[in-house]
Amino acid sequence: MAETITTAHDTHQDEKDLWTGAQSPFKSSYGKIMMWYFLISDAFTFAGFLIAYGALRASMPTWPLPDFVFRTFPGLDGHYPLLFVTLMTFVLLFSSFTMIRAVQEGHRENKNGVVFWMFLTVLGGAGFLGCQAWEWATLIGGEDMTVTVDPFGRHEAAGVYLDEAGHESDEVFVAGDSYLMHTLGHGGEHTSEGDTHSQAGDASHSDDTGGHAVTYEAAGDFPGAIVDDAGFIHRKYKVLEGPESGVIKSEEFGPRAFGALFFFITGFHGFHVLSGVVFLLIIMLNVAGGLYVKRKNGYEMVEKIGLYWHFVDLVWVFVFLVFYLI
Amino acid sequence: MSHDYENSKKIALKTIIVLAVVTVIEVLIALSGKGYLFNGALEMPWYIMNTMMIGFSLYKAYLIVGEFMHLAHEVRSMAMSIVLPMVLLFWAIVAFMYEGKTWKDYREVIEVKDNLESENSIKTQGMLMTRETKQLNEN
Repeated sequence: MAETITTAHDTHQDEKDLWTGAQSPFKSSYGKIMMWYFLISDAFTFAGFLIAYGALRASMPTWPLPDFVFRTFPGLDGHYPLLFVTLMTFVLLFSSFTMIRAVQEGHRENKNGVVFWMFLTVLGGAGFLGCQAWEWATLIGGEDMTVTVDPFGRHEAAGVYLDEAGHESDEVFVAGDSYLMHTLGHGGEHTSEGDTHSQAGDASHSDDTGGHAVTYEAAGDFPGAIVDDAGFIHRKYKVLEGPESGVIKSEEFGPRAFGALFFFITGFHGFHVLSGVVFLLIIMLNVAGGLYVKRKNGYEMVEKIGLYWHFVDLVWVFVFLVFYLI
Repeated sequence: MSHDYENSKKIALKTIIVLAVVTVIEVLIALSGKGYLFNGALEMPWYIMNTMMIGFSLYKAYLIVGEFMHLAHEVRSMAMSIVLPMVLLFWAIVAFMYEGKTWKDYREVIEVKDNLESENSIKTQGMLMTRETKQLNEN
């Protein structure tokens, strides 16, 4: 009897201690748990963006082909689908590895090791941001994509392009082939931007650039194309299949939401990388200054910024999936 | 302690190598599945491609969250309090994609109906025109 009373008393005591915060039920520190819950709230924001992306993309009859849109590589001519963005992914992945190394050095209170690996992480983050800046600059400056204008389109049915005199050329395409509309400012040559996948499109591409290059100078309705007031050249083509077979049409802009979704989602992610780099720098300087030596908690601050940094990498896994792979 | 350190170092290195290899595989699937590589020998339907790539991405997410963020080694209730909301979010993304598909289907139906109506209205307009011209002629 006495024993039970003691046990009950002990349990009561334990409960009281637990509820007053004597120990963490998650066996983790307050700071780390709160970083996790901040990351959940951040994940909700990203999920909101991805929900908008998924719903809008699924509601469009066509969507720009990633292998066609993202195929430039700095310093190289020609087309390298997905190569540059794969490089970006590797930079970010590797910075995640250097981050975990910094955390591990922190666990054994090795100050110089923490600074070294955190410095590499900062370099990785900055490298990723540089890559993204180049990608955006190419899309905006070189290919005239903006938040509301998407010059990347795809044909919904097979057809043949008209030449500058309005006759059928030898440039044929099939349903699903991609095109990029040029503007007057950017040379405006009458070149096919046919899908590299299509053999026929490829062949006529080389024919076309070697042969006749028509330069449009002002807006208007020409036999081979319509040039709109913004300077976009909408090439004309004849549909060869489906209910509209035989109709002459001109290239349309791609889904309007594409630019907004791309720039806002990759931009929001890039902003996370940027703030991550800033905080990494601050904490790296604090580590170098010996601030966390006194705390004797295995550089928990490094662990917390590490959680954030891995989360940024995690988000990129999904951004990479939905924008570039699928 | 130092044994732990060596061990965790090994795990981190192994994880990053697996992540890199899986990323390369994903890109290879994305390109060869659409016929860019190997002369189109590995072309495959989009749903197989996408299922594979989503599967690999989820595996990458598991590695990052479980090993790099150490969640696989935390208390189970803590891991659940974080993973369960994420699962629901993932489901929300999938659910809204189906919703988007429905918008598209409805839009197509409306387009067909609009075309039918405009054909009808051209006919009625034609009738009106003839009635007006009749009146004009009578006058």
